[in-house]
Amino acid sequence: MKESLGVYDYWAYDQRPKIEWPGGAKVAFWVAPNIEYYELDPPQNPSRSPWPHPHPSVPGYSIRDYGNRVGHQRQMALLEKYGIRGSVSLSVALCEHHPEIIQMCKERDWEFFSHGIYNTRYTYGLSEAQERAMIRDSMETIHRHTGQACAGYLAPALSHSERTLDLFAEVGEELFGDQGGLYTCDLFHDDQPTPVSVRSGKRFISMPYSLEMNDTIVYAVNKVEPRQYATMLKRHFDRLYLEGADSGTVMCIPTHNYQVSCPHRIKAFEEALAYITGHPDVWVATGREIADYYMAHYYDAALDSIAAQAATTGKQG
Amino acid sequence: MALNDDYLDYPLRRHGYDHERYAWSLLSERPTVTWPEGKTLAVWINISLQFYPLNQRGKPFKVPNGMTMPYPDLRHFSLRDYGNRVGIYRVLKALAAHNITPTFAINAQLAEQTPYLVQRLKEHGGEFIAHGWNMDHLHYGGQPIEEEAELIKRSVETLRRVTDQPVRGWLSPAKHQSFNTPDLLAENGIEYCADWVNDDMPYACTTRTGRLSMMPLATEIEDQFVMSQNLHSEDAWVSQVKDAFDFLLEESREQGGRLFALNLHPWLVGQPHRIACLEEVLAHISGHPEAWQAPAGEILDAFHAATEQV
Repeated sequence: MKESLGVYDYWAYDQRPKIEWPGGAKVAFWVAPNIEYYELDPPQNPSRSPWPHPHPSVPGYSIRDYGNRVGHQRQMALLEKYGIRGSVSLSVALCEHHPEIIQMCKERDWEFFSHGIYNTRYTYGLSEAQERAMIRDSMETIHRHTGQACAGYLAPALSHSERTLDLFAEVGEELFGDQGGLYTCDLFHDDQPTPVSVRSGKRFISMPYSLEMNDTIVYAVNKVEPRQYATMLKRHFDRLYLEGADSGTVMCIPTHNYQVSCPHRIKAFEEALAYITGHPDVWVATGREIADYYMAHYYDAALDSIAAQAATTGKQG
Repeated sequence: MALNDDYLDYPLRRHGYDHERYAWSLLSERPTVTWPEGKTLAVWINISLQFYPLNQRGKPFKVPNGMTMPYPDLRHFSLRDYGNRVGIYRVLKALAAHNITPTFAINAQLAEQTPYLVQRLKEHGGEFIAHGWNMDHLHYGGQPIEEEAELIKRSVETLRRVTDQPVRGWLSPAKHQSFNTPDLLAENGIEYCADWVNDDMPYACTTRTGRLSMMPLATEIEDQFVMSQNLHSEDAWVSQVKDAFDFLLEESREQGGRLFALNLHPWLVGQPHRIACLEEVLAHISGHPEAWQAPAGEILDAFHAATEQV
């Protein structure tokens, strides 16, 4: 085990080249609906139990099913109302289980990125070959069902190995060249995209995704009241918008249809979306669009800036 | 040591579900339903009456809201008992003030041991549904089927005997089931089950003996979930219930019939400092001309009448 992750360098927020998003926007804003499939009776993993109770864990399974049966279309209608195309963090088995949902997202030109096969199959304990096969399966499945070259990865149930980012970048390159395997959502160290080093040397970045604004963390872990979540989202946006005039920031709202689309919560979510999209200098985009723009305009400048900072301080990584 | 390769086998990766209990469908794609008298939102007020044993076994897990202290946990035992002695009578008054006909989900052991309570519930009016034996007799995967079959039979028969009602519905303690539970419920003449919280309308479930309907009793706006599990304030609970009701009412106007199901626990919401919050919620719910308030069994009957004509 490593003491430190070592895939990005220390790079102070107050010493960076300014990012200006398309149209002079201060904040790049994206919404990442997690569309997930949890299995009723998944195999055990030695490092993590998929359900807190003996299977079938009806309370947990059924509320997640609510997200797919009921919640998805509520959130989709809301995002459409505010001109937002979702960037779907996808349990790709959903392409087989519920292709009707995939079709609706395709019709709206949403992005799909990989969130593993099922949210009940973890990375823990997989050999390198097994993890590579799982990631390849996920990217091929997205391509087969949507025609998209998968650009992003959020590891299933946020379960990782030390090789996860390397493997995703490599499989993306093998399948789609410089069109696939561009960004990870698994790192929470920044409010801007940052270069991430992978062993192949591929140009690869971390995309701000945010656990703090993630509805499941907010509701199920931190037990926040729905109207307070709206307040948190607005405050988070306000500060990133203010600072974005000087730095250029990214705000993501990661959602789950079994959380944010519940009848007692969806109004609060709508309030935040209306507020954020009501500001003029916001670039409403998808994960891939943000990654592409950053790669084209700021990735090299970021590498130079990071190197310059390291030279000044005499400290590497 | 890597996992066996079969960790990456997915034999049930297919259209629909990874089980055969019910069919996959999107709520918004189904034929629309209108409730009796042209109403769009059916309202099910469920009162859960529960017995939490002092000698809790916690098998296979400690039920939420059960005993947490070393034996004997007098404080949780008596605080839960409060609901059946005091809280329920406060709740009944609030229900009566708003002309609500509730559904009573009651542990069979409690019903058997408190005939006065059962009598008062019958006088108030409402439907009884089975709520298992008590809150420490859970239904769970790995439970021997003979044991669960006896538990369900005993629970349903006891409740039918002491209430003199048909007892058509079932709510598992903690909404927990084994893989056999729906089959065993159907075999005991149960027509609907409230455990699966995956929809805002009733839907059909497959069992080895015949039809069982699912009547989703929402967990996330339950008094105990919001105030006891999430530790939100009473005022926040009121806001959440009102928001849920208003949203579903609006959706039902646009998309057709919806079910609003609110589960309440007299040991929690029947406390003196909380009862006014329940009254506020009930006033909000009962004031709407498009809402149809009825016991769960009547709602299911209306659903079947409406969908079988379609």
